[in-house]
Amino acid sequence: MNETVLLLAAAIASGTPLVLAGLGLLINEKSGVLNLGAEGMMLVAAVAGFATALGTGSEILALGAGAAAGAVAAAAFGVLVIGLNANQYAAGLALSIFGAGLSAFVGIGYVGKKLEGPAAPLAGSIGHWLGELPLVGPLLFRQHPVVWLSLALTLLVAWLLYRTRAGLVLRAVGESPESAHALGYPVRTIRFAAVVTGGALCGVAGACLSVVYAPMWVEGLVAGRGWIALALTTFATWRPGRVLVGAWLFGGVTLLQFHLQAQGVAIASQLLAMLPYLATIVVLALISRNPAWIRANMPASLGRPFHAG
Amino acid sequence: MRAGFLPRFEPRGQPSLALSIASPVIALLLTALLAAVLFVALGKDPWRGLSVFFIEPLSGWRPASEVLLKATPLVLCALGLSLCYRSNIWNVGAEGQFLLGAIAAGGMALWLGGPQGALGGLAAGDGPLAALAGRPLQLPLVLLAGVAGGAAWAAITALLRDRCNANEILVSLMLVYVAQQLLSYLVFGPWKDPKGFNFPQTPTFDPSTWLPPLMAGTRLHWGFVLALIAVPLFWFALFRSWRGFQLDVSGQAPAAARYAGFSARRALWTALLVSGGMAGLAGAMEVAGPLRQLTPHVSTGYGFTAIIVAFVGRLHPVGILLAGILLSMMLIGGEYAQSRLGLPGALTGVFQGSMLFMLLACDTLVRSRVRWPWARRLAP
Repeated sequence: MNETVLLLAAAIASGTPLVLAGLGLLINEKSGVLNLGAEGMMLVAAVAGFATALGTGSEILALGAGAAAGAVAAAAFGVLVIGLNANQYAAGLALSIFGAGLSAFVGIGYVGKKLEGPAAPLAGSIGHWLGELPLVGPLLFRQHPVVWLSLALTLLVAWLLYRTRAGLVLRAVGESPESAHALGYPVRTIRFAAVVTGGALCGVAGACLSVVYAPMWVEGLVAGRGWIALALTTFATWRPGRVLVGAWLFGGVTLLQFHLQAQGVAIASQLLAMLPYLATIVVLALISRNPAWIRANMPASLGRPFHAG
Repeated sequence: MRAGFLPRFEPRGQPSLALSIASPVIALLLTALLAAVLFVALGKDPWRGLSVFFIEPLSGWRPASEVLLKATPLVLCALGLSLCYRSNIWNVGAEGQFLLGAIAAGGMALWLGGPQGALGGLAAGDGPLAALAGRPLQLPLVLLAGVAGGAAWAAITALLRDRCNANEILVSLMLVYVAQQLLSYLVFGPWKDPKGFNFPQTPTFDPSTWLPPLMAGTRLHWGFVLALIAVPLFWFALFRSWRGFQLDVSGQAPAAARYAGFSARRALWTALLVSGGMAGLAGAMEVAGPLRQLTPHVSTGYGFTAIIVAFVGRLHPVGILLAGILLSMMLIGGEYAQSRLGLPGALTGVFQGSMLFMLLACDTLVRSRVRWPWARRLAP
């Protein structure tokens, strides 16, 4: 029982970068723009975050630097795709390739450097008491604050998208940019804002990986999580709550390989390392089998450029 | 009319052919400019830096042969990808298909070649074809295994897209990570050379399975000739064949293709199987040519670089050949930058990525006219 709870807590911790990136991409895609550059943005942000953490020792600054790096990378993508009407797929791939190259180049000096691990989040006797609570203690109160941030963000995004005027406009732009334009909404500005917001959240996710979760930098640290986060928006049929649960599930799958190894299961580590990727493929195939379901939930203009305005 | 100084882009009726050819050149110049700025920022002489990337790889026959060697897999992969992108199928997993081609070809070479027992019970004796005098079938079998491996890997993507409507971008990309782990598993595990001092590598293949070098003293092999032959073949298939026309229509105007009765499923399978096969062939030739064994580092990202090659080459076979050589120069330039200037080799990735960025930006000019606000105000 106790071990299961600890395992669940670890799954939540390992899924948190996916929650953050998934929510960012969700906002991004709700506006009708598909950014395949998630992997690149996360890599660039991971280096930026790691460098900031190493220089300043502050995790908050590091996450902020990650957000800034992600936002800048996303802005470059936005200029290309929204300003210059470039193909979204090609531009996203370009961003992923560029991010991989840039992060490897900038990050060379940081390979092998060590950060001090994250401190216990809740100090003092109340914090200690909260951490000792059964179930919620390990699942929630002993987690890094970034986990709380991801929970708060999930609620915030759900509220913004479905309970506010701004969310309604954003969804309208994604469903039918022509109608939104006809109503006088600045479609391209809104899309650009959504892309930059998405990039910033992907950036927080990248920095979270290198500063909180790993905490270290190696080339290719993100290891496909950007792509998994992209798949996650599809699994979640573009719903914030489902992004959260899906991300934790994938966090669990990622963890499973280490857990099985620790248990001494006689399967080669490389085969276990395939698990998250295979799981992504399987779930993607299963969810996509029902085209009506996808069509009902997918932003109707996803991937389509909008010229006027 | 909103006032301002930002240019507006008006779609052209017809994409400009001249600009479509000029766009990669402009992108290259902009990348070179960025590179020069970066070299200055890194405290290096920018002329020397540019020469390392764009001149020294072609100075002399030996470095040039290395450029052509690395251009071979790039051109082969990009030719296949051009077919996919033309039919609007976004295969981004050429890297995985390349690796599977390498694995299948390596497995075939080990199986045919050796008494080492690298493949367990299968390799008992001297290999099934050892009896054949002169062994003329060895190399074709190895290359065919590569083609089959790459095509099979792409077929997973095609199947899931066809049957489950799963997004081919995500599936083909996830399969890259799976392929990398599979290769790593094989060379660390069952296929590891028992006499290899525990290095993660297979035994060296039997010489009968090697791809012979094109000229003595270089690593350039006959695969380059094969790539040269593939260029006109693809040109013919794309622009002069009925199937190529169908693929092109289904990419540019899916509704028209449906109306004409062109099967979207057939386009999907054709594009993915051909591009998977080409990437697999490239992988097979990489291991049968310069490497002659499997290691975890069979590919240095050829499958991803090939995406850039396909776009820079304008999805046209001749353009792809030129772009393959250009991007290969940048790969070699990265190695030189490391050894001659003491700069990290990852610089190549930065240049590759920014080149694709610049290209996509320049492509706006192909599709649209620039209208400057002040020019408009002057006009009557």
